[in-house]
Amino acid sequence: MLRIALLMLFRDRAKYVMLVVGLTFCSLLMTQQSSVFCGLMLWTTATVRNIGAKVWVFDAKVEQVNEVIPLREIEVTRVRGVPGVEWAVPLYVGIEQARLSDGSFQNVQLVGLDTATFVGRPMEITKGRIEDLRLPDAVIIDQVGVDKFRKKGITIDIGTTFEINDKTARVVALCHANRSFLGQPYVYTTYDRALQFAKPQRKMMSCVLVEPKPGVAARELAENISAAPGLQAFERDDLFWATIRWYIKNTGIPISFGTVVLMGVIVGIAIAGQTFYLFILDNLRYLAALKAMGARMPILAAMVFLQSFSVGFVGFGLGVGLTSIFGYKVLKIEQPPFFMPWQVPAFVAVIIIMICCFSAAIGLRQIAKLEPAVVFK
Amino acid sequence: MNPHDASRAGADSLAVAVRNVTKIFPNGDTPTYALRDVSFEARCGELTMIVGPSGCGKTTLLSVICGTLAIDSGTISVFGHDLGGMSVAEITGFRSKNVGFIFQQFNLIPTLSVMENVSIPLILQGWNYRKAEEKAASILAEVGLGNRLNSFPKQLSGGQQQRVAISRALVHDPKLIICDEPTASLDAKTGLHALELLKKSACRPDRCVIVVTHDSRIFSFADWIAEMEDGRVVRSCPAAEFHHG
Repeated sequence: MLRIALLMLFRDRAKYVMLVVGLTFCSLLMTQQSSVFCGLMLWTTATVRNIGAKVWVFDAKVEQVNEVIPLREIEVTRVRGVPGVEWAVPLYVGIEQARLSDGSFQNVQLVGLDTATFVGRPMEITKGRIEDLRLPDAVIIDQVGVDKFRKKGITIDIGTTFEINDKTARVVALCHANRSFLGQPYVYTTYDRALQFAKPQRKMMSCVLVEPKPGVAARELAENISAAPGLQAFERDDLFWATIRWYIKNTGIPISFGTVVLMGVIVGIAIAGQTFYLFILDNLRYLAALKAMGARMPILAAMVFLQSFSVGFVGFGLGVGLTSIFGYKVLKIEQPPFFMPWQVPAFVAVIIIMICCFSAAIGLRQIAKLEPAVVFK
Repeated sequence: MNPHDASRAGADSLAVAVRNVTKIFPNGDTPTYALRDVSFEARCGELTMIVGPSGCGKTTLLSVICGTLAIDSGTISVFGHDLGGMSVAEITGFRSKNVGFIFQQFNLIPTLSVMENVSIPLILQGWNYRKAEEKAASILAEVGLGNRLNSFPKQLSGGQQQRVAISRALVHDPKLIICDEPTASLDAKTGLHALELLKKSACRPDRCVIVVTHDSRIFSFADWIAEMEDGRVVRSCPAAEFHHG
C-alpha cells in the first residue's frame, strides 16, 4: 500500500507542490540562517584560528580573544617560569587606523609577532616572504585588506606604503588570513614594530603565546598558568569556544538569528501541517473506503507517515541544496559569513522530522476517528 | 414474514445470519433506534436486496453485516464467523479477504488509475503490485474496460466508474458482495446495465450478494427481497412473491 500512498500524494500535484515548497522554504530558511550564524560566530574566532598557538595567556579578567586587557611584558618571563612551558612569546593584537595615500582611513587588525620566531605567522603567504618582515617598516597585509584598498582605488602590492598612526608601513608580502568579525584587514608586523605603530600605553602586550613541552597537555598547562595571580590561560579550543559563548551571551545575534529560525519552523508547521491536513481531509472518504475494504490502522498510519516523510525528505533536500548553492556563491566573496557544519543540516533534519510527525499525527487523528461505515453515508 | 423461511436453500448455503440485532445511535436524551430486534438471512448463490424508504435502517443493516459498525445487541454470523466474537483487527482482516464493496459514490481514488484502483483489495492482501495489476487488468477486460486501464476515474462516465467499482469488488474473489445503492448515481438505463453486469459477474453458487436499494426498477434482479421499515424487517420473501404483493 506504500506505493499507492505515494501515488496518491504525487498525483495530487497542487498539494504536493505546496507541501514541498513550504518545507523547502522552511528548510532553506533554517539552514541558511543557521549557517550564516555559524559563519558569524566563526568570524569572531578569526584571531584564534589565524595565530593558532596552543596556549594563550591573558589578563585574569579577559573573557574572549577580541577584548584584551594589556599585560606587562614581564609576564612573559613569569609564564616561561611555569613548569611544562617549552617556550613563551609576546603577542600584540589591536585595532589601529591606517591612512591611505589619498587621505582616507581604514581600520586594521594589527598583529605584532615575536621577531625571532614569528610565532602566529600567517597561515599562507600568497606573495613575498615572511622573513622580509624583519626589514624596516615592513608589514604583511591579508587579502581582505588588498580587496578593501582596491575598492578605494588603491592597489596594494609588495612595496606599497601607507601609514599606521602616522608611521610609515611598507608592504613586503601578501597573505591569506581568516576574516575578522568586524572585517578589518589583518596587518602583520613584528612585535617591536607593532608597539611603535600602536598608540603608547603603560601596558602594551596583548597576550603571551605558549607552547607546552612535549608530553604536557595544553589544557593542563593552561590550568597551571592560570594559577599564577593576575593571569588567565586558555587552551586554544577553550579560547575558541569561550569567544563564541561570549558573543552568544553578550550580543543580540543569537536572538536575531533564532527568531528567523523559529519563523522557519512556524512557517513549516503552518504550511506543511495545514496543507497535509487538507490533503488528508480531501482523501478522508477514500481512506474510509480503504478502511472498509480491510486496510488496518497500522497500514494507514504507515501510508500517512510515508506521504509526510517523503515531502519532508524532498523539502529538506531542496532546502539544504539551495543553501549549499548560496554558500558556494557567498564563500567566494566572503559576504555574508557562511559556515555549514554537519550539525546544521542534522538540526534542520530533526526539525523537519518533527514537522512531518506533527503533520502526519494531525492527519492520523482524523483517520483514527474515522468510522469505516461513513462510506455508506 | 419469516426470516428462516423453509422454502430457501439448506442451512449449508447460509451466508449471513442476523439474529435479533439492535443498533442505537445516541442522540442526546432521545436515542435513535436504527435497528430494532432485526433478524435477516442471506444465502449463497442469491442476490438479496434490502429495500425500503430512506432512513428505514437499510444501510445500517448493511454496515453491521460487514462489520464496519458495531451492534448493541444480537448476533451476526457471516459464513459461520460470529462477528461479535471477533476483535476489530480480526473483523478488518475478515473483511479484507471475504467482502467486496460497491459504494453508492463508487469511492474510486481519483489520483489512481482504474487498474490501480481495482488492484487495491489484492494489495491489501499482500499481493505484489505486478501480479495485482495483471489480475485487475484481466477483470477489467471482462467488464469491457480493457482499453481504459490507465485512465483516471474522472475520465470515465458514471456507468464506467460503476463497472470499475464492480471490478474492484470482485477482484479478490470475495464470498460476500455488499452493494450500497448501486444505481443511485446512475441514470435509469446505466443503472440497469450495472445491475445486469453485477448479476452476471458476481452471482455464483458460493457467493452471496447483498444489495441495498430503494430503486424499485431493479427489484427484478433480486432472488430474495427483505423489506425494512422503521428499523425493522417487515417482510422477507422470494422476489417473485414480493412483486405479487
